[in-house]
Order: sequence, then structure tokens, then C-alpha cells
Amino acid sequence: MKSLEELAAIKARMQDKVIMREGSGQIRVVVGMATCGIAAGARPVLDRFVEDVEKEGLADRVAVKQTGCIGICQYEPVVEVHEGGKDKVTYVKMTAEKVDEIVEKHIKGGQPVLEYTITHVGD
Amino acid sequence: MHKNVSKIPFKGTPEQKEKLMAVIAGTNGDKSLLMHVMQEAQEIYGYLPYEVQVMIAEGMDVPLEKVFGVATFYAQFALSPKGEYDVSICLGTACYVRGAQAVFDEVSKTLGIGAGECTPDGKFSLDACRCVGACGLAPVMMINGEVYGRLTPEKAKEIIESIAAK
Amino acid sequence: MVHYNASLEDTEFYKLQRRVVLRNCGVIDPESIDEYIAVDGYAALGKALTSMTPAQVVDEIKASGLRGRGGGGFPTGMKWSFTAAQNNPVKYVVCNADEGDPGAFMDRSVLEGDPHCIIEGMALCGYATGAHEGYVYVRAEYPIAVKRLGKAIEDARAYGLLGKDIFGSGFDFDLYLRLGAGAFVCGEETALMTSIEGNRGEPRPRPPYPAVSGLFKKPTTENNVETFANVAQIILNGADWFASVGTERSKGTKVFALGGKINNTGLVEVPMGTTLRQIVEVVGGGIPNGKHFKAAQTGGPSGGCIPASMIDIEIDYDNLVAQGAMMGSGGMIIMDEDTCMVDIAKFFLQFTVDESCGKCTACRIGTKRLYELLEKITDGKGTLEDLDTMETLCRYIKDNSLCGLGQTAPNPVLSTYSRFPEEYKAHVVDKKCPAGVCKSLLTYVIDPEKCKGCTACARVCPVGAISGTVKEPHVIDAAKCIKCGSCMERCKFGAISKK
Repeated sequence: MKSLEELAAIKARMQDKVIMREGSGQIRVVVGMATCGIAAGARPVLDRFVEDVEKEGLADRVAVKQTGCIGICQYEPVVEVHEGGKDKVTYVKMTAEKVDEIVEKHIKGGQPVLEYTITHVGD
Repeated sequence: MHKNVSKIPFKGTPEQKEKLMAVIAGTNGDKSLLMHVMQEAQEIYGYLPYEVQVMIAEGMDVPLEKVFGVATFYAQFALSPKGEYDVSICLGTACYVRGAQAVFDEVSKTLGIGAGECTPDGKFSLDACRCVGACGLAPVMMINGEVYGRLTPEKAKEIIESIAAK
Repeated sequence: MVHYNASLEDTEFYKLQRRVVLRNCGVIDPESIDEYIAVDGYAALGKALTSMTPAQVVDEIKASGLRGRGGGGFPTGMKWSFTAAQNNPVKYVVCNADEGDPGAFMDRSVLEGDPHCIIEGMALCGYATGAHEGYVYVRAEYPIAVKRLGKAIEDARAYGLLGKDIFGSGFDFDLYLRLGAGAFVCGEETALMTSIEGNRGEPRPRPPYPAVSGLFKKPTTENNVETFANVAQIILNGADWFASVGTERSKGTKVFALGGKINNTGLVEVPMGTTLRQIVEVVGGGIPNGKHFKAAQTGGPSGGCIPASMIDIEIDYDNLVAQGAMMGSGGMIIMDEDTCMVDIAKFFLQFTVDESCGKCTACRIGTKRLYELLEKITDGKGTLEDLDTMETLCRYIKDNSLCGLGQTAPNPVLSTYSRFPEEYKAHVVDKKCPAGVCKSLLTYVIDPEKCKGCTACARVCPVGAISGTVKEPHVIDAAKCIKCGSCMERCKFGAISKK
């Protein structure tokens, strides 16, 4: 890295991949993969998302990424879905089975599965 | 820190020694990398018996007493081998407050061994450990690096027994 | 904008939080340097190297009021200025990631979720203080953190964000990773440096201070993970932005690992000055099972307890110290009425007894004797005189230990004793444990009103201490009872209680 311009170029290239723009149709799914998430079973959840997105041919508009800890240990594994122009949705206590349903109804159908979200799931 | 020194005879292989020598060669004479070499040696041999400490001391040209000193200072270094299943139960604050001591006692009773010990058949070793950072799942135990959470004494016993039956 | 009211930000848990240190945790992929750059990563380093002098960077950190997040709360900018003032071509930056307090995992989350922000913070420190090499000392118990930080360092090197002539400024900086091996004392700054040098991690006397003679006897700046995580944000957004949050003498936010008897366990980042009540009742969602808040323990084995009567205290460095507790690195364990304060003090003492490195007699032997006194008390064999001896011994250990571990080891005892003297006295005088924790002081009794005479308890009792006939209330023979609690667990009618 020899100049600020180089840094700015990477930022410009990457920005839309991290912060979803409205109307882009792009979806970013992040799975909490810190120690506590992994201990609670985040890996099979991440794997299933990757599989489902591949299988359903959604790879060009859905990115599945790992991320760190968002701080809600007792709700792990946690998955968040970001979409431009829409509120983020936080899914908690995730399982591979729930992933199938979320991909079908939310990612493909555009309707969040509210009963699996943080504001609906009890402790 | 008190450490149990193993009486089990050393069974190192030439391949293991070769690996260790490669690690030592990689330090290029930097003696501050002693702990790193010992960590790698423990990866290779599973523990740090006297014979391995001698190899490190001679290989790195540091006094054996220093190697032994470092080995006994840090909790991570084991002077006796671990069991096939290495059970460690977290007695960190969060786990303790949620009943980890009872879990430890139950597992200790089930296996018939105390902390830092290995069952005679070499299948299980038991340790109490500090916080593993999975406090949200307290109380927890780790078996070969895998975390089991939200334990009760009964649940922990079942897990141990199901592994023993394998 | 389409609203779902279904995200983390919509919860009570989140609404009092403000994320500076954790801003990227749970947002970016920690293994992608590009994603870090997308959220303004390395922009602060670029700004400093191309448009600020080292002295300006130090001044900016000074002006922000940032204080060391490792626990002590020493002003970070001041610390940097001491190293910067040394005239030595070789200096070091050290990041203390040997997070050893039981129940604390703030640093782990940052290392696992946003490793590049530590690299950037350290590089800024290197530039400000004139150091060209840095070491991160991470505990080996954090394999994922080690892996991600290792990858981050490699990626930063590949991009030229570590190495020679960064941003064409002529500034060189590189980082190395060192793994701890499970010694709590290595979280103490001089012990940590001794350990990086490949020795038993014993502390060294100060002076000389690390700023003068630290790692490999060179001027060294050491800060902890959370401190470094704030640095890039301060340089990027300015000291005023940072100082706009917090209290008069404690600026910015603090990350706490909330645990123990609380509904929402987890990692929370709140502005300095947030009250304990807000943390317990709003962020933490209260105490489970309808129990009552008794105390919060902060600062781990070096810290103390804040009792329920002080629940409206604003959390900052000075307020906590004034109450006999301390900020610590951020572990916050919530306790309810079922927690025995003597037992908790004993628990922390056991920890320091195990972790004392053995260099100072007062700490090595003193903590052991103190532990034995506490054991005597929880066994119901303590006397009032023991309480006096205990206090004297505490002072003695504090005054005669070389490093922070020994100097603070008696804090859990002193703090619980000053806040809950009646609980200690109950153990000593009445031979009772009010919280019902200390086994030797408990008696199990069967309530004849509730007992249905099902015989389940008598069958499960390992020592045959329970007698009675079918369908008649049973009784426990206190002389035979070993207080294992099996009967209480087995009883379906809630007829057995411990007193």
C-alpha cells in the first residue's frame, strides 16, 4: 500500500458488498462464527446456507459470510440478513432445518420468518 | 505450580524427533522463541517428558533447568500424557456461579480420577480449566476441544458414559 | 425502508448500547481485509502517516481522554508520550491479549471479530512512539483468535499495510504473534514482557518502567486489546468525537462481559457513566427466576463487589475505585441472593493461590494462608478473631507484593467483607450460610406439611440418613447427613429445603 488512492480504490470496490444499497437486490447473510457461536453449532448452519444458496442458484445475488460475535451468547447460533432498503433481520437459536425455511420464505420469497427472530424467540 | 511427572516410559519416534529438530532449526538461534518451540513440541509429542526437554535444551543451546523452569511455570505444558479423551471442566466465575463444581465432582466420581490425572487405561484425562469464554452456555466442559454447554451433573455423567461405551 | 422490528437493534438489550470497539464485530468477515477496508479500515493509519506528525497523533490520543482498558485506567496518550520521549532507535509496541480474568471474553471477541483494528491501532502507536516492531501476546486458549489474527497480519503484510514504507511515508512497522501458555500473571505488563522474551513469566520491579526499559530492555508501550481497538476511531473521527461520550474523567465506551445470574448473558458495550441499574435491569434483562440482585462483581480476581444498595452508581473508573471495586478489564458477574459472598471471595482466592507466580513471599504464602482462613470460615470453624487476622493479612499482602496480581489479590475479600460484614459474621457467630451455599453450614430439613411420604428421598440417600414410613412425613438425621443434596433434587413435592 503506497498511497491513499489505493486504499480508496479497495474501499470503493468493496463498499457495496458490505453495506447493501437500496434497490441493488443484493442480500448479505452473516453467520456469527466466534468461539461461542461455533460451540453452539454455528458451523452446520453456515454450511447449510452455503449449500442452499448454491443449490437454489442464488449465488449471484446472495453472499454468505462468517462474522464475529455480536454479543448475545444465549441466543447463539445467530444469523443476520442484510438487504438494501430493508431492516436487518436477526435470526437466533438457529439450526440447519431453520435455514431451509429461511432460504425458501425470506431469501427467495422476501418474507422474513418472524417466529425465528430475536424479538420473537423467548429465552 | 505443582505438576504430576509421568512414570510412563517415553515412546518417541525418529519421525517425531525430526519434526522437533525442524522446528528448532526454524528459530534461527532466537532463544526468545523457547516457549514457541515447547508449544510445538507438545503438539508433536502430546506432552513434554524429560527426554523431549533435553532435546530442546541441547537443540536451542539453553540450559535444561531453564526449559524445565518454563515447563513447570505455565499451566499449558504437561509433563504427563493426556488421555485419548481429554476432559476439562471450566471452573471460571460464570460456570462456578452456575454450579460447575458439582459437575466437576460428578465427572471425577464417574471416572474415578482427580484433576491432572489419567485413567489407567489411558482413555480419559481430567482437568479443571479457567474460563473458555463460553460463559453464555455455563456451566461447560471441553472434551478434546469440543464444548459441551448448559451442563448438569447428570448430563455430564451421561456424556462421559456414552463416550466410555464407545 | 421496510421495517420488520426483528433485529438486534430492536431489542431492549441493545438500545442503551453504543458500539465503538465492537462496531465491526458481527458486521464484517474478520478473515477479509477488504471488508475491513470497506468500513473505513486503515483509513486512520493512512491519515496519520500522510498528514500528521507522531507528536500530533500522541496529542490527539491525549486530548481524547482515552484511558487503558486493561483495568488500571492509566491515560493512554500519556503512556505513549513517555515512550515517544525516549531517544532510542529500537522501541516496541506490545498488545496485551492475555485475557485471563475468569468470566471475561471482551478481547477474545474483538480479536475474533475484528482483528485488523488491533493491527491498525498498534501501527498507529508505533508511528506515534517511534517503534517499528510490535508483539501481540495472545493466550493459547483462544485458538480461533490466534488463527484470525495470524491471517490478518499476513494479509496486512501482503497489502503493504505492515512492512516497509507504509503509504509511501517512509514509516516501517511489523508485527509478531506470541502465544501465552496459561499463566494468569502474564497479564501483568512486566511479566508479559518477561514471557515474550522466553522466560518464566515473573514480574519485574518498577522502575525502570516499560516506557524506559521494557521488552528486551528497550522502551516499550503496552496496551490491551480494547485500548488499541479505540485508537483508529479516535484518529479518524477526532478526539472531540470520542470525548463527547462518557463521564468527565472517563471518556468513550466500555465493553463488559455480562455473566452470572442475569437473563441476557453476553457482550455489551455501553457509554461510560451508564448506571449499574441500567446494565442489570435494561441491558441484562434482570435476574432470572424472580430472584433479587445482590451484587455485581467487576475486575475479576483483582476487583470487588458493588452491592445492591449502590445500584445507581454511574460506571466509570473513579466511581468504581471509590467504592472499593475496580473497572478491571470488563468482566461483570451478577449475583443474586443465592450467592454466598464468603464463598465467592474464597473462589477468587483459590484462583490467585493457583496463579501466584511465587516470586514474592507475601503473595505466594499470604494468599494461601488467607485462603485457609476463608476455608475455616466457610467450614463453620471460624472465630471473630479470624476476621481480624484476615483483614490484617489482606493489608500485608497488598503492601508487600511486587506486581498487580499480589497487590490486588485480597480485594475480593476486603470488598465483600466491607460490603457484607453481616454475612461473614453469620458464618462465624451463628455458623450459618445465609445464601445456603457453604455445605458444612447447611442442614437439610423435610417440611412435614408438604411431605407425602413417597419414600423417594429415603431411597436416594447414599448414607441412609432419611427415615420414615410410607405415606408418613420423613425426617433427616442431621448427624448422618452428608449434605449431598440428592434428596432435595429427587423430591417431587418441594418438601425438602436447606437452611
